[in-house]
Amino acid sequence: MKFTEIVQIVLFFGLGIALTPVLGRFMARVFKGERTILHPLLFPIEKLVYRLTGIDPKEEMSWARYLWAVVIMTSVGFASLMAILMTQKWLPLNTQGLDNLSWHLAFNTAWSFTCNADWQSYSGEATMTYLSQTLGLSVHQFLSGSAGLAILVAVGRALARASVRTIGNFWVDLTRCTLYIVIPLSVIWAIPLAWQGVPQTWKAYPTANLVESYTAQVQKTDDKGNLVTASVPKVDDKGRPVVGADGKPVMVDQPVMVDQKVETQPIPVGPVASYESCKQLFTNGGGWYGVNSAHPFENPTPLAGFLEMLAIIAVPMAQVYMFGLLIGNKRHAWCLFAVMLGLYVLSFGVAWYAETRPNPVVDNIMPLMEGKEQRFGVMNSVLWGVSATAIDNGSVNSMHDSWMPIAGMMPMWNILIGEIMFGGIGCGVYCMLFHVLITVFIAGLMIGRTPEYLGKKLGAWEATWAVIGVLLPNAACLIPTAISVVLPAGVASMNNAGPHGLSEVLYAFGEAANNNGSAFAGLNANVPWYDVALGIAIIIGRFAPIAAALAIVGRLASKKTVEPSAGTLPVHGWTFGLTLAGVIIVVAALTFFPALCLGPLIEHGLMQAGRVF
Amino acid sequence: MSTTFKIDYPVLVRQAVIGAFKKLNPRDEIKNLVMFVVWIGSILTTVWLFIDFSSFNLQICVWLWFTCLFANFAEAMAEGRGKAHADELRRMRTKTTARKLVDDREVIVPSSELMVGDLIVCTAGDLVAADGEVVAGIATVDESAITGESAPVVRESGGDRSAVTGGTRVTSDRIIVRVTAAEGNSFLDRMISMIEGARRQLTPNEIALNIVLVSLTALFIVVVLVLPPMAVYDEKAAGQSGVVLTSLPVLLSLIVCLIPTTIGGLLSAIGIAGIDRLMRRNVLATSGRAVEAAGDVDVLLLDKTGTITLGNRMATEFIPAPGVDLSVLADAAQLASLADETPEGRSIVTLAKDKFNLRGREVADPHATFVRFSAQTRMSGVNLDDRRIRKGAAESLKAWIISQGGTYPAEVASEVERISRSGGTPLVVAENKHVLGVILLKDIVKGGIKERFEQLRAMGIRTVMITGDNPLTAAAIAAEAGVDDFIAQAKPEDKLARIRKEQEGGKLIAMIGDGTNDAPSLAQADVGVAMNTGTQAAREAGNMVDLDSNPTKLIEVVEIGKQLLMTRGALTTFSIANDVSKYFAILPAMFGLLYATEKGGYGPLQAYNIMFLHSPQSAILSAVIFNALIIVALIPLALRGVKYRPLGAKVILRRNMLIYGVGGILVPFLFIKLIDVALVGLHLAP
Repeated sequence: MKFTEIVQIVLFFGLGIALTPVLGRFMARVFKGERTILHPLLFPIEKLVYRLTGIDPKEEMSWARYLWAVVIMTSVGFASLMAILMTQKWLPLNTQGLDNLSWHLAFNTAWSFTCNADWQSYSGEATMTYLSQTLGLSVHQFLSGSAGLAILVAVGRALARASVRTIGNFWVDLTRCTLYIVIPLSVIWAIPLAWQGVPQTWKAYPTANLVESYTAQVQKTDDKGNLVTASVPKVDDKGRPVVGADGKPVMVDQPVMVDQKVETQPIPVGPVASYESCKQLFTNGGGWYGVNSAHPFENPTPLAGFLEMLAIIAVPMAQVYMFGLLIGNKRHAWCLFAVMLGLYVLSFGVAWYAETRPNPVVDNIMPLMEGKEQRFGVMNSVLWGVSATAIDNGSVNSMHDSWMPIAGMMPMWNILIGEIMFGGIGCGVYCMLFHVLITVFIAGLMIGRTPEYLGKKLGAWEATWAVIGVLLPNAACLIPTAISVVLPAGVASMNNAGPHGLSEVLYAFGEAANNNGSAFAGLNANVPWYDVALGIAIIIGRFAPIAAALAIVGRLASKKTVEPSAGTLPVHGWTFGLTLAGVIIVVAALTFFPALCLGPLIEHGLMQAGRVF
Repeated sequence: MSTTFKIDYPVLVRQAVIGAFKKLNPRDEIKNLVMFVVWIGSILTTVWLFIDFSSFNLQICVWLWFTCLFANFAEAMAEGRGKAHADELRRMRTKTTARKLVDDREVIVPSSELMVGDLIVCTAGDLVAADGEVVAGIATVDESAITGESAPVVRESGGDRSAVTGGTRVTSDRIIVRVTAAEGNSFLDRMISMIEGARRQLTPNEIALNIVLVSLTALFIVVVLVLPPMAVYDEKAAGQSGVVLTSLPVLLSLIVCLIPTTIGGLLSAIGIAGIDRLMRRNVLATSGRAVEAAGDVDVLLLDKTGTITLGNRMATEFIPAPGVDLSVLADAAQLASLADETPEGRSIVTLAKDKFNLRGREVADPHATFVRFSAQTRMSGVNLDDRRIRKGAAESLKAWIISQGGTYPAEVASEVERISRSGGTPLVVAENKHVLGVILLKDIVKGGIKERFEQLRAMGIRTVMITGDNPLTAAAIAAEAGVDDFIAQAKPEDKLARIRKEQEGGKLIAMIGDGTNDAPSLAQADVGVAMNTGTQAAREAGNMVDLDSNPTKLIEVVEIGKQLLMTRGALTTFSIANDVSKYFAILPAMFGLLYATEKGGYGPLQAYNIMFLHSPQSAILSAVIFNALIIVALIPLALRGVKYRPLGAKVILRRNMLIYGVGGILVPFLFIKLIDVALVGLHLAP
């Protein structure tokens, strides 16, 4: 552990915490409709938006209408995005002559981006046109983040209300969030990134001459540009020809390969800086480039890397403080903040420790750089990876499956636990709310009272929705994982054998069901089974918690608020914080320990015994 | 409080064992979804025996059945205890006949034929045939059958002591009772059906907890069912076959161990036991909901008299007027009170006797004429030859003295003022035209009540004292007793208004009352405890009846309600915490052989066998057996309830979290290991 590393860690967490009240207060003011520094500039635009769209900003919605509005927005976004992706070949700004996306990849990608997961089964620069990247994907990076934050705002507002049936107006919350928070912050954060060398251009990819030309095998094409295949006898694992029932060898089509000399290389660029800042700030994580922030254009310098990491935590940390201001209970917010931070730092500590232990298989050479951030070192890889998974960001600057088994398990743990260590924009806190309610429920009974949260009595309705909010994403992760490892189409996509392959699949469904979007790498997910199954997991992971959160607060808003007394369970302080952390860890551990045993834990044991995958 | 009911435990246990088997009926089992899963598991493992018989599978099957039976046994025990109580109550009622008044003639009819509104006659020695209200006469009634209190109580027409309960015995005089509840619908009947659980509905908290438990069950079923595909995948990848244990009995064992069977099996027992515990304190509740609400109470409305203070004001001090000897005052005060039969009067005689050794003189002194208290004169006293001694309210005495040409000393006036302000009642004593001094009458705050209120405050419960006294007196007593608030010069409407106001703010209110004019408040309060001595109206309005008619009981009711919720919460926490150790027993057993390199050796996951359990079979069996036995082990706790301490929420949470959370994680490690050792010792597992 180097001194500079310690300094960087302290700076990272210190700046994040320092920004929290500043940004949080600003966000709370925006959503309470109070004047902010940006109002002279943006308030006329806000009014214009309402006039153009016919939104009545004073109109209030019930929780069910609010949810309906979210569903409508996401579905319309999904349909339009899917249309763009499946027709991008013929649409403008296709400078590289890229093809349309397959139906399953378009299905997966469209849900992934409209649901703020930003899982990518493709490489952006080789698949997406400028139009798809900006008008298609970038728009949803803004909107899906805003929608998440809007929902959290509604949740906070509803909790502060009493004896009221409405929880606010989704369109107003969405507009304010996009206008005052998402766009200004993205612009501000893009400036230093562009200064540090992240490309910001609309030009076609420039071409570079290779220093050393090489020969590659490519599939032969005929005059019309169609791929050429030849019919050859099928062989089994041992190289013997397979004979069919009629006694004749079975024939299969095989591509015909030819050598091609490569002397030039196109350099993919684009409006990356603005895309990057939004991707980092609003827990999107879908990279411009396929290798995400491991690409030197996305993450050119140590300073850019640091700013991008800070961008991951800034808004998610601030949203906790904002929540506290909205519910009028800052002490509760700081308690949640402490629990989140504690779990986060713990996770980082375990991962970093595991990553700096020697690997007996490779003669204990240190440090282990394969798949890590080559320029900035192992610590920056680990901190980024843990941050991007604790917070529902999902961007990567190293390949998590190159980490040591236990280290690689921590990003997976962060995701599986439900993305509640600050978590996604909005969803980090409202997913935490389910755990808080379950804790309040059990702890409340244990002190001999009907459980109550923020002065509201909890009953069957709240209990039902809270467990739905936790249960469905977990089921959406475990069930398809189990199917994938026995399904031939599922196994075929795995890049690594043994438990490591299981980890890849578990990770993929975990991130989908929790809308993270980061990848363990190593899994070729662009096949119909994974595209569709992951897409469905993303939908469940997005809407189950949203519906649950809104249903809960909708009911709570209509209840009376009781002043706290010495007999009510305080939702702040050490006792509550530790109980909450305990409930989170035990519930997550009980749910995922068996699966983790068969994945990273057994792999760790095997590595100790000298076996790797 | 003495209970008159003794439970015959051997009989109870025998009946509960039979009940446990009877409850294996699917129609009973499906009422509790968590245990229904175990029940299905038991059936599946039984069927599996015909497919793959082994000693291990047989033992799993037997222990799963035992898990069901133990949970059933717990419920049957709780019901049995309630039933024993109910039977006792019912016995009093059997074969009662009543003398019904028909056109002023008495007709003997069986009590079962009585209708609401019928008039019945009860004389000394009769059992009262039905709940009713005394419309004529006065009688002493022995209510020991339901209250356990041996001293008979007076029941008379009119006023607040007019209600009689079916099954009690009249010991003197004759009363005419109007029947207010026909058989099958009387108070006793409702109690009996409550206790027997026949009409026991789930309370809101039970429903919510059930949802959490069922969801956890669903989650764990998913968690276990996804394991075989993953394990088979790993097995294939390792190039092994048949090394992971994923047979049906093993998977079912894991499911049963993980789902919250401990709380699931004991949940209904806890609820029934809560009502039963209340009953043991001689409080009858009309619904489980009321018991639960008692745990949630935020504000207690308490009548001053009888609850906070002893029933009556007592003389505590003699304060002589200037120039008067103290013993003269005491002597005069005693003389003036000799014929005064009120408790205040008697307390003056006693005080004089205790303090000045003045013996009570004969009331029948031939020279003495006693002057009784009247509302006009507002004083009483005695004329002894030419001595005219009077005691009474300061204003009246002042007028009397002045009318005789005497003077009323300023010192006495200021003393009277001081006493009033401090919450006492001054009585001025005078002989002829001289004021002798002042007697201080004080409300005596019950011993220990202040501490009780402090505990309540720590629990977050506010106490409001209700009194007819003037605000000054009320404030003084409130301060002495340590209540949080008081309503002085309270009228029944004030109580009702206060309850409504607190409820507006979402607070839950408990109160205790006896009079007919308490009925609206009792009905409005969330927990309304009516005193058994109270009117029928009051008893109908409340949702609990205190058979002892002890106002302080309200505090105990609150404690029992809290204890009920705490027991549920604690066992839920314990149940979930237990799962951690079960993973460490079962998962290495299932997957320990994966990637084993040498024959007979273990793979990397065996490292999680931190209890060093002997073999995969012994490990799984130990976990299943522990899971079954812990239900039995916790039956006493479920019936008795978690120990309750009047502390703040934070302290209670920390305590219970340490005991049932952390303890719940650690304890099973020890016992699973012990069971494993025993199994191997008995050659029940390889």
